[in-house]
Amino acid sequence: MKRKIHTGWLAAVLAVTGTCAMAAPPQQLPQMPHYRFVNYTTANGLPNDHVYCVLVDGNRIWAGTDDGLAEYEHGKWKTYTTKDGLAQQAVLSLALDKRTGDVWAGTMGGLNRISGGRIIDTYTQLNSGLSNNIVYGVSVEEENVWVATAAGASRLNLDTGQWSIYTDSNTPMKEIWVYGVSAAPDKVYLAVWGSGLLEYNQQTKLWDIYEDPDHELEIVLFKNQGLIHDIVSSVSYVDKTVWAATYFGNSRYDGRYWQNFLTKDSGLPSNFTNFVKGVDAHHAWFCTDKGLAYYDGANWAVYTPSLTTGKPEMTVRDAAGKISHISVTTAPANNYMLGIDFQGRDIWVATAGGLSHGIFEPQP
Amino acid sequence: MSLRSLHGRRIDSVWIATLSVLVAGLCGMRLWRPGTVGAATNSGSSQILNYASPEEMLFTRDGSRLYVLCQSGEVRVFNGATYASIATIPVGHQPRGFSLSPDESRLFVVNSWDDTLSVIDTHALKVTATWHVGMEPSSVVDDSADKYLYVANRISNDVAVLNAATGAEVKRLAAGRGASYITLAPNGKRLYVTHVYPNPTPWRTPPESEVTVIDARTAEVVGHIPLPSAAGVFHVAFTSDSRLGVVAEMHPKNLLPVTQVESGWVFENTLTLFGPAVGNKTVEVPLDDLENFAVRPFGVAITPDGSRLYVSCGGSEAVVAIDLPRLLRYVRAHRGPIVYDLAAGAHYVVKRIPAGHDAHGVAVSPDGRRLLVANRLDDTISVIDTRSNNVVSTIGLAGSKQMWSLQFGLQMFAGMTNAAPGQRRCKSCHIDEHHRNAKRMKLSTIKQIQALRRGEQAFYSGHYAFHGAMGCVNCHIDSTFDAMQWDFEPDGLARNIVDNMLLEGIRDAAPYDWSGVNPNLPTQGGPRTEKFIWRSQNYDVRTLADVCAYINSLPERPNRWRLPGGNLTPAQERGKAIFERTVDDFGKPIPLTNRCNYCHSGPLGTDHKKFDVGTKGPGDDSGLFVTPLLTNIALTAPYLHNGRAASLEEIWTIYNPQDRHGRTNDLAKDELNDLIEYLKTR
Repeated sequence: MKRKIHTGWLAAVLAVTGTCAMAAPPQQLPQMPHYRFVNYTTANGLPNDHVYCVLVDGNRIWAGTDDGLAEYEHGKWKTYTTKDGLAQQAVLSLALDKRTGDVWAGTMGGLNRISGGRIIDTYTQLNSGLSNNIVYGVSVEEENVWVATAAGASRLNLDTGQWSIYTDSNTPMKEIWVYGVSAAPDKVYLAVWGSGLLEYNQQTKLWDIYEDPDHELEIVLFKNQGLIHDIVSSVSYVDKTVWAATYFGNSRYDGRYWQNFLTKDSGLPSNFTNFVKGVDAHHAWFCTDKGLAYYDGANWAVYTPSLTTGKPEMTVRDAAGKISHISVTTAPANNYMLGIDFQGRDIWVATAGGLSHGIFEPQP
Repeated sequence: MSLRSLHGRRIDSVWIATLSVLVAGLCGMRLWRPGTVGAATNSGSSQILNYASPEEMLFTRDGSRLYVLCQSGEVRVFNGATYASIATIPVGHQPRGFSLSPDESRLFVVNSWDDTLSVIDTHALKVTATWHVGMEPSSVVDDSADKYLYVANRISNDVAVLNAATGAEVKRLAAGRGASYITLAPNGKRLYVTHVYPNPTPWRTPPESEVTVIDARTAEVVGHIPLPSAAGVFHVAFTSDSRLGVVAEMHPKNLLPVTQVESGWVFENTLTLFGPAVGNKTVEVPLDDLENFAVRPFGVAITPDGSRLYVSCGGSEAVVAIDLPRLLRYVRAHRGPIVYDLAAGAHYVVKRIPAGHDAHGVAVSPDGRRLLVANRLDDTISVIDTRSNNVVSTIGLAGSKQMWSLQFGLQMFAGMTNAAPGQRRCKSCHIDEHHRNAKRMKLSTIKQIQALRRGEQAFYSGHYAFHGAMGCVNCHIDSTFDAMQWDFEPDGLARNIVDNMLLEGIRDAAPYDWSGVNPNLPTQGGPRTEKFIWRSQNYDVRTLADVCAYINSLPERPNRWRLPGGNLTPAQERGKAIFERTVDDFGKPIPLTNRCNYCHSGPLGTDHKKFDVGTKGPGDDSGLFVTPLLTNIALTAPYLHNGRAASLEEIWTIYNPQDRHGRTNDLAKDELNDLIEYLKTR
């Protein structure tokens, strides 16, 4: 089911954009996906407008907010709070165990598992082997739950109950603020604030580290030669390609070559990126502080309310750097983007001002 | 020449039967029923000393066959109409659950101590495959499409979903703590999973359990049926239209002093009804009446026409027969809770049918006319006519009665009993037979085994408590523990709360009780239990000795965290080093008495002495507690004398602020994780 959604999404995007904009006729506007955004806030059922993360689970949408975990299904919202067993009211991260349907929620006070519509487990740094209660990221791979925390990464083996902790004492990371994790059967990547990107080889059990070649400089001396910056805020590993978001630009790594993205030479609306999610090896979404950006391998599209007027905006930048403004009537709830997930052709976006449902609109 | 003429003494039928058993034993024959006494599981003399211990039963759809799962490690196959034995199929260690494939060509058996699943070809009547499954598999169900097998794993608290063709594990679904029994609704849409230990709740709050609901099509958990205040939940049965589900459960009241047994306020035995037939809500109804408890409801069966509901109650050695339409009418007519009304049963219980020791699994014949009850500790099956609700016959599987006969006959043969002065004894003429027998059968062994069986029967019986309200096994589920805390002493409400302990391996663990007040097991299990728990009668000397012998005999179940060969993982090795360390992380020596392995020493992990490790709570009279065993400690959360620590981690992250429970506050989080990984191997 989930695989179908994934490939369906890819097919939809490819259908809209052509194989890529490079193949588009010269001077013709690249066909980027258009959406009609429906926004959810406290005015229509969301417990809090500050939405840290969003997760699509079939027809069910989960939103991690500043005031509980919200579940949207059949047009209705249900909120899980600390009274229901939520470890802490602020939900920072979400992950779906595609095998079991269980949802994992990382909060400011621990990690929860939701199964069959109920919070069944709460893991904290006091009652379990979780390294820290502030859970910035979570990712499920087979029987392992990987957790990014403010004090290193943790891994819970669901079959044995064993917790493992990964910090500066047993990995190459120099800082232990792990902001994101993306786990797959072959590799696991950690986004480490101030310590680059860590790679765990599931077969060899060895760690590797990818850092900014010019390290902590906010200028880029060595473009496309490595990670754009060591302050990595998010990572997404898909189709053996890593997409890494930092506060100073973004990167793509296919296992051999690096590609960097900066506002000055890409369609990114801002280098300050909170979250990245790859669709596949060539397509990805970037959640920045100045809008939501989509990259199709050559062209860019940005969706946001105007930073000055608040009016809906959509901007397209083609491979040649030409920027076009598309007339739209809707935009995400806020320009400060925090998370995204896909539902078929649609997108769901977590913002600092509400949750946005981007309903795909085919273009003639 | 008859025996009578040979020995010049009247030989009654009992003697003949006894002697025939004895002779059969001597000759290695199985005259009383071929293949019924552990025949295929063991070899040599131990063959005839095993008890069958029938647990669960299954009829084929046409009723032609009856399968009986025996704790002895075998499946007995009978003709479903005549009960004639067809075959005995050896399986693994401590099998606990079984089920047939939809086409009935395969019988799946889960072996709880081997962590395996035996696949039996029902045509060839032999095991054709053995698959590895999770920790302590306790039941197995094939979905109606024969796509997935669902296996409840008691230790890992989950349900493994296996490919029904290959046994490959597809995934695991989270279930309640001690996940044990799975039932597929007759419509094949959903599976219902119960669990024997309550789910974690805040300290000193009522226990909570659930029925975990799995969608059979997607193999995902889709819901939880809450069972508030329930702990110890066993089988589920459905009406044939799937509109009503019935759960057998215990409803302990552990927040009150156990001395309240006189008021009937320690355990209640109940059913929870759910489904459209009761308005898609849950209704808990009592099985007990004021002076007649239905201790430990376990098996549930509903006749195909929905007229009768039967519940086996192991501690009461009975089956409760319920008029189901009357029960539903009563439930629908009453608003508000019914569960506390001990007069309610009069409206729907039609009979308590006597059964054997630890009446366990039940099965209704496909025509609905017979109910079979496995009397686990009698090695018999009671056959009940569902029209009269009377036991009409008993199927013997060979066990305690036969063992008794065997011992009795051997004693007579050897001239130890019943031989009048001047009369000749058997062994005087059959010296060789006696010597051979002595070698093969070991009278002392027989005696010992009989004592164990008697002790187990007493352990599982509710007979000794006031009004027959409960037995040892109510709190020590399947002879383990119950994950709850109890208030034993008559010292006021909520004083000296104690956490229940695992019984495995306690033979050499004296003194007993957290306070160490009981110097030996007979004191703990005898006067103390009689005074504070049974409040009704004493064990007689032999029964107490038998109960203690049984408890002392309980083996440690396999530790699932140890690697084969006793090797340790790197994390466990690091944890062991912390457990045995003499200096802390800052290089400072740790005082001898503040090292882990000072108190938790020896193979059991205890020095049998009392220490104050700073865990005295406001309700405790003393802070001195006996060092608890570490045996299989991974299974027994919560921890500390009063169960305050919900996990092993909390022992040190919350309840050791002054380092009095070992020097641990210097440890980094990953070091504490390593220590815990090592402790799990104990």
